[in-house]
Amino acid sequence: MGCTITEKILGKHVSKGEVKSGKHILASVDFMVANDITAPITIDILEDIPNAKIKGLDRIALVPDHFTPNKDIKSAENVKKLRKFARDYGIKYFFETGRAGVEHCLLPEKGLVLPGDLVIGADSHTCTYGALGCVSTGVGSTDLAGALLSGKIWIKVPETIKLEYTGKLKKWTYGKDLILMTLKDLGDKVSIYRSLEFTGETISDLNMSQRFTMCNMAVEAGAKNGIISPDEITEEYIKDRAKRPYNFYYSDSDAEFVETRRYDVSELEPQVALPFSPSNVKNISDLGEIKIDQVFIGSCTNGWYEDLKIAAEVIKGKKVADHVRLIVIPPTPEIYLKALRNGILEVFAKAEAVIGPPTCGPCLGGHLGVLGAGERAISTSNRNFVGRMGHYKSEVYLANPAVAAASAVVGRIAHPKEVN
Amino acid sequence: MEMIIKGKSWKFGDNIDTDVIIPARYLNLTEPSELVKYLFEPLRENFASMVKTGDLLIAGENFGCGSSREHAPIAIKASGISCVIAKSFARIFYRNSFNIGLPLIICPDIVEEIEEGDEIEVDLKRGEIFNQTKEKEYSFPPFEKLMMNLIEHNGLIPYLLSGKFSI
Ligand code: SF4
Repeated sequence: MGCTITEKILGKHVSKGEVKSGKHILASVDFMVANDITAPITIDILEDIPNAKIKGLDRIALVPDHFTPNKDIKSAENVKKLRKFARDYGIKYFFETGRAGVEHCLLPEKGLVLPGDLVIGADSHTCTYGALGCVSTGVGSTDLAGALLSGKIWIKVPETIKLEYTGKLKKWTYGKDLILMTLKDLGDKVSIYRSLEFTGETISDLNMSQRFTMCNMAVEAGAKNGIISPDEITEEYIKDRAKRPYNFYYSDSDAEFVETRRYDVSELEPQVALPFSPSNVKNISDLGEIKIDQVFIGSCTNGWYEDLKIAAEVIKGKKVADHVRLIVIPPTPEIYLKALRNGILEVFAKAEAVIGPPTCGPCLGGHLGVLGAGERAISTSNRNFVGRMGHYKSEVYLANPAVAAASAVVGRIAHPKEVN
Repeated sequence: MEMIIKGKSWKFGDNIDTDVIIPARYLNLTEPSELVKYLFEPLRENFASMVKTGDLLIAGENFGCGSSREHAPIAIKASGISCVIAKSFARIFYRNSFNIGLPLIICPDIVEEIEEGDEIEVDLKRGEIFNQTKEKEYSFPPFEKLMMNLIEHNGLIPYLLSGKFSI
C-alpha cells in the first residue's frame, strides 16, 4: 500500500519506526515560527531551565505581528522579550516592526518554509504553508520549547481525507469560496486529527495566494494540516525565494485515504460564513439583507497581493458607504510596497478606506479596528467566533475579498456583480 | 501528578473555542495568575473564583477549538481545574494540555448524563469515572503510553529533561 504525501514527508523526518496513521512518531523539524503572543511563553519556559542548550537557532523565526506596532505597554514588553532573546541566543530570523508582517504571509515570501519540509509553529494557522507541499501544523508554546531543546516534535501520524475539485470557477469565486464550501460540507468533527489533501483540476488552476487561503483554513475544519501537491506554480513561486534546497513529494496512486470527497464547483457562487462558526456557510444569494458597520480586508487568509488587487478592482472609482468603515491591511512590507507601487493603495485611499501597517490587527480583535457591542463586520479573515473581532455582542461574517469590497460600497453584504 | 482526582463538575456546551476560554485581547498577559482572572469571561465572569482545586470541567464536542494559544489550558490549570472531560477535543488544545500536564478525557457517556455540580471521582490509571452524586460508573479507554508519560511527568518539558523521553 502506498503513502499519502503527508505520510511520505513525515517518513523523511523520522530516524526510526514506522510512519503509519494513528501512530506517535518523533520527527525532526525543518523550521519553526512563533509570534509576540506565543513566543513569550516559550521563552519563559526556556529561561527557567538552568544551562538550557538550544538547538536550531537558524531554523526559527520570531515574528511580532499580533499586537504590533506595539499597541500598549504590555505588548511592548512582550516584544522586548523576543528581541532580547533573539539577541542573546543569536537567532537569525527576528523580524523587527517595519520588516515584520503577518507570519504566515511573511515566511513563504522570505523562502523560509519550503516544499517537503516539516514545519511547526506556535500559531494555529501555521497550516497555511501546506500550500507549498510541506507538512505544516500549529502547535503550542511548550511544543516549541521542546523542539528548541531537542530539535524534534512528537506527532500522531494523521489519516488523510482526499478532497477532489473539478470544474472551472465562475467569476467572483476563489479559493476562499472553495474552502468555505468545504468547511460547510465537512462540519467541525470529521477532520479532527486528520490531514486534508486538496486535489483536482480546479486546485491545479489556482495561483499560490488562493492555495494559501485554502490551506490556511484547514484548521477551521479541525485538521492537523492541509496540503497541496507541488507543481509548476509552486516552483515558480519558490525558486527565487528559497533559502535552502527543497523537495517535491506526491501521494502514491495507491495511497490509502480514510475518505474521498468530490466536488463539482463549476456552478459555485460566492460563499459567506455567518456568525459564529467558519463552517456556518451559506450561498451569498441565500443571505437576505445584512447591513454592516465595518469591512476588513487583510489577514493571513486573504491579505495576499492578488486579494488586494481583486478588492481594488471592485472598489475602483467608488466610495465606501457612509455608515461603513473599510480597513485594509497589507500583511507584509513586500505586499504593502507592491500594492503601493501599482496604485492599489491609492484606489483604497480614494474610496475613503483606512490603510493600516502590516499586522494581524483587527483579525483577532487586537487593535486597529475593534468592534463595539452590536456592531457587524464582514472580513476576509478566517474566524468568526463569539467576540473574535471585539465585543462579545459583535458579529463577524467571512467572505472573499471581492464580496468584502462590494459590501463596503453597498453598505450591506453584497455580491460583487451589484457594483461592477 | 495525582492519579486519583476528586471534585465538583462544571458543565459547558459544544464547540467552546479558545476565544471564549481566554479572549484574544488578554493574550498580552503571560502569567497564569493574571490569565486566570479572564478565564471563560464571555460566558461566566469570575469563573475562576468559584472553582475549588480539584474540580473538573465537563464539555461537549470539539472543546478548545480555534487558536493555538497555550494561554487557554494554562488559565484552566491555574484555576485549580484538575482535568477536562469532553465528547471530543480540538487537536492543538489536546496536545497543549498534556504538554503542561493537564489530563483530558474523552467520555461522551458521562457528558450526556452529568449535571453541573455533580461530585465525581476519576482514576486516571484505570480509566474509570464515578459520578458520586448519581452513583454511576463510567469507563474510558486507557491513555496511550506517550500521553500517560506526559501526565506522570507533569508535562513535556520535565519529561524531556528527565532524559527518559521515548515514543
Ligand atoms: S492574521 Fe489573524 S489568523 Fe492570521 S496569524 Fe494573525 S491573528 Fe492569526
